[in-house]
Amino acid sequence: MRLNDVGIFLFFVNCALVNNFIFSRFLGNCPYLGVSNKLSTATGMGIAVTFVMGLSSLFAYIVYTYLLVPLELQYLETIAFILIIAALVQFVEMFMKKSLPALYSALGIYLPLITTNCAVLGVTLVNIKAGYNMIESVLSGVFGALGFLLAIVLMAGIRERIEHSDIPEAFKGFPICLIIAGMMSLAFFGFQGLVK
Amino acid sequence: MKLRVAAAPHLVTRESTRMLMLDVLIALLPTTAAGIYLFGLRAAWVLCASVVAAVVSEFLWQKLMKRPVRVGDLSAVVTGLILGLNLPSTVPLWIPVLGSAMAIILVKELFGGIGHNFMNPAMFARAFLLASFPARMIVFALPERLLGASQALSGVDAVASATPLVMQGNWSYMDLLLGNIPGTIGEVSKIAILIGFLYLLFVGTIRWEIPVLFAGSTALLSWIVGADPLAAVLSGGVLFGAVFMATDYATSPVYTAGKCIYAIGCGIMVVVIRQYGNYPEGVTFAILLMNCVTPLLDRFTVRRVYGTVKKHA
Amino acid sequence: MPKKNSMRSIFLNGVLTENPTFRLVLGTCPAIAVTTNAMNGVGMGIATTFVLLGSNIVISMLRNFIPNKVRIPAFVVVICTFVTIIQLMMQAFVPALYDALGIFLPLIVVNCIILARAEAFACKNGVLASAVDGLGMGVGFTLALILIGGIREVLGAGTFLGMNVLGAGFEPVLLMILPPGGFIVYGLALGIINAIGNRRSKVTAAGKEGVQA
Repeated sequence: MRLNDVGIFLFFVNCALVNNFIFSRFLGNCPYLGVSNKLSTATGMGIAVTFVMGLSSLFAYIVYTYLLVPLELQYLETIAFILIIAALVQFVEMFMKKSLPALYSALGIYLPLITTNCAVLGVTLVNIKAGYNMIESVLSGVFGALGFLLAIVLMAGIRERIEHSDIPEAFKGFPICLIIAGMMSLAFFGFQGLVK
Repeated sequence: MKLRVAAAPHLVTRESTRMLMLDVLIALLPTTAAGIYLFGLRAAWVLCASVVAAVVSEFLWQKLMKRPVRVGDLSAVVTGLILGLNLPSTVPLWIPVLGSAMAIILVKELFGGIGHNFMNPAMFARAFLLASFPARMIVFALPERLLGASQALSGVDAVASATPLVMQGNWSYMDLLLGNIPGTIGEVSKIAILIGFLYLLFVGTIRWEIPVLFAGSTALLSWIVGADPLAAVLSGGVLFGAVFMATDYATSPVYTAGKCIYAIGCGIMVVVIRQYGNYPEGVTFAILLMNCVTPLLDRFTVRRVYGTVKKHA
Repeated sequence: MPKKNSMRSIFLNGVLTENPTFRLVLGTCPAIAVTTNAMNGVGMGIATTFVLLGSNIVISMLRNFIPNKVRIPAFVVVICTFVTIIQLMMQAFVPALYDALGIFLPLIVVNCIILARAEAFACKNGVLASAVDGLGMGVGFTLALILIGGIREVLGAGTFLGMNVLGAGFEPVLLMILPPGGFIVYGLALGIINAIGNRRSKVTAAGKEGVQA
């Protein structure tokens, strides 16, 4: 699935909907389950993740293509990428603290947690596996994150709605959230085959 | 003068969940009758299995979880019937049983019972069955009897295709309207669905926006992508979905603005999936997807209460 | 916190009381992604256990030397090393499993279980205790994956570990080995295990009250 073959709109549909990070790839479950109980935090997390995923896709591509491959150190990709992500999140944190203090305090602890978000590391590895060039890598990161944003925002809407429902005690919290995710995942099946 | 002091509400109507469900069941009678007439006794068995399984599942769950037993409100009957009407008449009976159980227990009761589900139980069950047992769910029998036949029945009595959508062009509009076509038990007879729609409008159970906008946007978009708009609305599950499933109180938006967006969204998704996606019929997933959006639509289309001041963020 | 002086209790803590998948709800991504059948679950479980053991031991050994401010990056580097090792080993010795696990093998790096145990246990306890904790958590995780993977495989394909168990008449519920099935099985299992756990603590509490009364 190359950008030139399908065009940018279908590339977006593919990354965000057909191969949705949560519902098809199972990447990003932890923040998806943990941060989706309020719409405001969900949106904030989604936007932060979009930012980080786009940038890390870019830097990961650069490091892989211009450093690891020429030196034949591809097996170090995991270490290299996670260090890039950790550094990037640190930098984003500092930048936000100075320039966007309101958003910084709203996100609180969730910002450093983006480092362990499997979607972020996952997208860098997915990009390499798919053989994307630089533009495709960045777009794949951003669009994939937008799909994550959509998923987490929808989930937050649903969770806020069932906050006062009489769910069995044992299922409140994570269990019902997982079941909701499963139901949403089934709904997203409708997107299958949209990008051939 | 004796004054009676009482707490609100002071005006009590005779409506209750049970009455609402009865109205829906009455509206479903023409469709049910048409389905059984067209597809024979087999269809009746499927519907029975579906309804019984739904009621029994709800009863067992509520008993086991020590909650008040509410099967008398007939909502399980409605769910079971709607699921059954969404199935081909050729399915083995364990399919509606499994589907009904999943619909009632997983989608409705686990979330807290009637009104708390965010997804239409029957629609989820249909998608679940479709994804789990694809071979079973896409074999449709040709009707055993026809209403004013315009096409001779071929020797084959079962058709493995999705719906007449795939074979468009072979049937006349009259066939599509009357139901002389293969399809699920409830979706084929559009006349019966329309009768039910008019009844529900008349007794005030549903409003016109969702069905009309759903069908309308499907027609409009089908026309835009080059398909026959009338045939698009009369084929597959659009009418049945628009009248009986998209209008479900629990899973559709509360306010009119939300309803309109919801209905148009359904129409868009149906055409997109039918035209570009893997599935020949898009109604199931269109409704499921819009169900996911409903909570947000409700949140953002709340009408401002008269006299309140808009909050400054 | 488990009793510090009992290796057995530390181990059982990881397997049962603080089971990472069903009690701590950590490492949810692989729990759904690789559990399309039980064997993949076993493979992932073993790989994760290896990394847990290695990282817990090393981090515990170095716990007095790592400055507090850089401890998270330091942990990550240690964990990464072990993940790379197991990655290369699996690629060489069990290529089929390596392919089946896909990107979730390198993703063990960000498996919250490992970082959480490093942070909560290994940097505060001795080497042997940390090793046992790592082993217990790993075993608990593996058992959870086998449970979820087993349910999904049996219902979705009629087999367990590749062997047909439900006979020819069984029609597999395809959805079980697809993403929605994974979420739903995990959610239902979690809820049922919660219910069992709640019931047991009620019984224990009632028993204690009865004794005191």
